[in-house]
Amino acid sequence: MNVLIDRFDVFAGGFWLTLQICVLAATGALVLGAVVAVMRISPVPPLRAVGTGYVNVFRNMPLTVVMFFAAFGLPALGSNADFLRIPGLDAIFSRLGTDLPYFRFALIALVLYTAAFVCEALRSGVNAVPAGQAEAARSLGLTFGQNLRYVVLPQSWKASVVPLGSVIIAMIKNSALAGFFGVVGDLSATADQLTGAEGYAFIPVAIGISIGYLIMTVPLGALLDRIEKRQAVAR
Amino acid sequence: MAKGEPLIVLDGVNKWFGPLHVLDDVSLSVGRGEVVVVIGPSGSGKSTLCRTINRLEPITSGTITFDGQPLPAEGKALARLRSEVGMVFQSFNLFAHKTILENVTLGPIKVRKEKPAAARERGLALLDRVGIANQADKYPAQLSGGQQQRAAIARALAMQPKAMLFDEPTSALDPEMVGEVLDVMTSLASEGMTMVVVTHEMGFARHAANRVIFMADGQLVEDAPPAEFFANPRSERAKDFLSKILTH
Repeated sequence: MNVLIDRFDVFAGGFWLTLQICVLAATGALVLGAVVAVMRISPVPPLRAVGTGYVNVFRNMPLTVVMFFAAFGLPALGSNADFLRIPGLDAIFSRLGTDLPYFRFALIALVLYTAAFVCEALRSGVNAVPAGQAEAARSLGLTFGQNLRYVVLPQSWKASVVPLGSVIIAMIKNSALAGFFGVVGDLSATADQLTGAEGYAFIPVAIGISIGYLIMTVPLGALLDRIEKRQAVAR
Repeated sequence: MAKGEPLIVLDGVNKWFGPLHVLDDVSLSVGRGEVVVVIGPSGSGKSTLCRTINRLEPITSGTITFDGQPLPAEGKALARLRSEVGMVFQSFNLFAHKTILENVTLGPIKVRKEKPAAARERGLALLDRVGIANQADKYPAQLSGGQQQRAAIARALAMQPKAMLFDEPTSALDPEMVGEVLDVMTSLASEGMTMVVVTHEMGFARHAANRVIFMADGQLVEDAPPAEFFANPRSERAKDFLSKILTH
């Protein structure tokens, strides 16, 4: 078990990189998922079709395949995902700005995949709001956007927040795949490095890595429980 | 837009829900200031008829004209039209996360872009008018059904609509609360509001209506002044309906 103490810096570095991926991917997935959800509930049929198509593709495709497309498909199309080298942001998240594009590729795959689930979690919340609420808003002359903003969404958060949290927890665990698609030094790649290249025993390393993921997921789950309890009181 | 021109005109309106023909070639016109009460057995299409007028229910064929303009397709123009047609629902549909006063002022502030202070003042006056000014800062769930429905009427009136649609406004109420809602509706009618009212309240139809429409199986079967309709229904269908509801 000495590896946990001796190579603590490696675990900590892996944790930090995985946390960066997760913060960026969660933000991206929440934004993109919200956009797709609005498309899926919009009154415009072509937008609905695009939203539904998106969810069907990315919810039903294994994340590994999405990662393959991002890591091998994008370079084949001549893209290094340079649009993610966002000035300012790459000062905090240094991997965004590196010449090696695999961090950006993994991020794109994770965002595209998770957004489909975010969309459905948000939509389940919207569906939990009685139809009469939106009807009353429409009959007052509120536009689709106003209806969402002032009437439907404020009431849908309650029903969305728990499934949304599960989606983000799943995403944190899914981020472990990034290490197998060229991202060097994230928490899961740490296992590879310590057991493969440096010859440490597998089980202590695996325990160390598990602790790293649990540090991210368990508090998030606890936070969700608290939110849920507070809502139960409010009801 | 002459004064004599009807405000609401339905011409040859058909509506199908899948294989179900819920509105069968319905033509109807409602003049300005007229109060039209729609009655009929359940499933006769009267609620659907009411909901087509502000296009909450799109129609399959035919035309609907409001204030000289055909109903626009979904979008900004339709939102503008809806803001001119007040609607009151069977299940009230007050915004559950907003106070009564916020319910009443949301439309004026967001749709009509009125100043919040002015909208509040008018909202309070309207709540006073329907007799629930002292409930302004409560949430809908804290009010009785009758109070909620009166708040819903105030919310619709806050938009200063040209017409009001009532879709079975008293059907979800306890019997002792029906009267307070009908009182508000009767006073609206006497002030010259154009109203289309789907209801089972025959007393209201007798007293407040200018015309009674009787619907059955999606068809508009009779259209007559209330005195004439209740005394001498022409169709067998209407006679049958009235005999069932008036014997008790």
